[in-house]
Amino acid sequence: MGGYGLYVWGSYVVTAAFMLAEPWLARRHHRRALRDLQLRREEQA
Amino acid sequence: MTTTNRLRFFTFAAPQRFYRLTGALVPWLWAVTALLTVAGLYVGFFVAPTDATQGDSYRIIFIHVPAAWMSMVLYLVMAFWAAIGWAFNARLAFMVARALAPTGAMFTFLALWTGAFWGKPTWGTWWVWDARLTSELILLFLYLGYIALVNAIDDQRRADLAGALLAVVGAVNVPIIYFSVKWWNTLHQGASISMTAAPTMASTMLTAMLLMTFAFWAYAFAVVFTRTRAIVLEREQHTEWVGSLAAAKR
Repeated sequence: MGGYGLYVWGSYVVTAAFMLAEPWLARRHHRRALRDLQLRREEQA
Repeated sequence: MTTTNRLRFFTFAAPQRFYRLTGALVPWLWAVTALLTVAGLYVGFFVAPTDATQGDSYRIIFIHVPAAWMSMVLYLVMAFWAAIGWAFNARLAFMVARALAPTGAMFTFLALWTGAFWGKPTWGTWWVWDARLTSELILLFLYLGYIALVNAIDDQRRADLAGALLAVVGAVNVPIIYFSVKWWNTLHQGASISMTAAPTMASTMLTAMLLMTFAFWAYAFAVVFTRTRAIVLEREQHTEWVGSLAAAKR
């Protein structure tokens, strides 16, 4: 990157890290919500 | 109760219909995100030339500008849905507003981070308190403040209303960010893209930037829909349709 590697990759790596972590966390939130519902159903049954 | 299959303006205001529709859309949104990202990065790194003044450091633009645009757009969308929830007492609108905040905050942080990493080689500094950077930092505080506020109040309805007030009042910051480079003497450069004049950047650079902008848009839809679906399940847990969904997922 013409000597600008630290700056370019420092930007892209952090961006990629956040944009991979965020969807994973959102999916985990959704899975947990479903799991909590199922547990609540079992308790009530 | 009879139901109609006609599409009305408020058809997807019902959490159940929204949940089903977004469940079908999300995989396609991820596919579009992936395609646009690959296309954008290919054009940005292998087609767009090296800049005459900034060398290869300018390639940060392909994530910096999309992140900054998303940070502003998502705030306005969040404020819009919070206001709709307030005006029409629409539960789903409040849920969408809550789902937007973390993604908006993330893009704001990334705009600031990539901006700092671009500023250091270009301006010789990681940060200046100029109008654009400062107002973008305030945007980050507004997002974080909204998230903290709605999570701090136990009563969900009061939390939604308090959050809506903060979101709507804070929306004045967005035009300040946008026009800051015109209104004040800033270190941050002025607009290269305008609605009324031709862009002042090379077409391949512009193409890559626009591809990445649409990629970030599709990403935002995908992740915000996923988060909203989780919130819908939490808030609508006492409804029959959620109950039967939980039973079906065993």
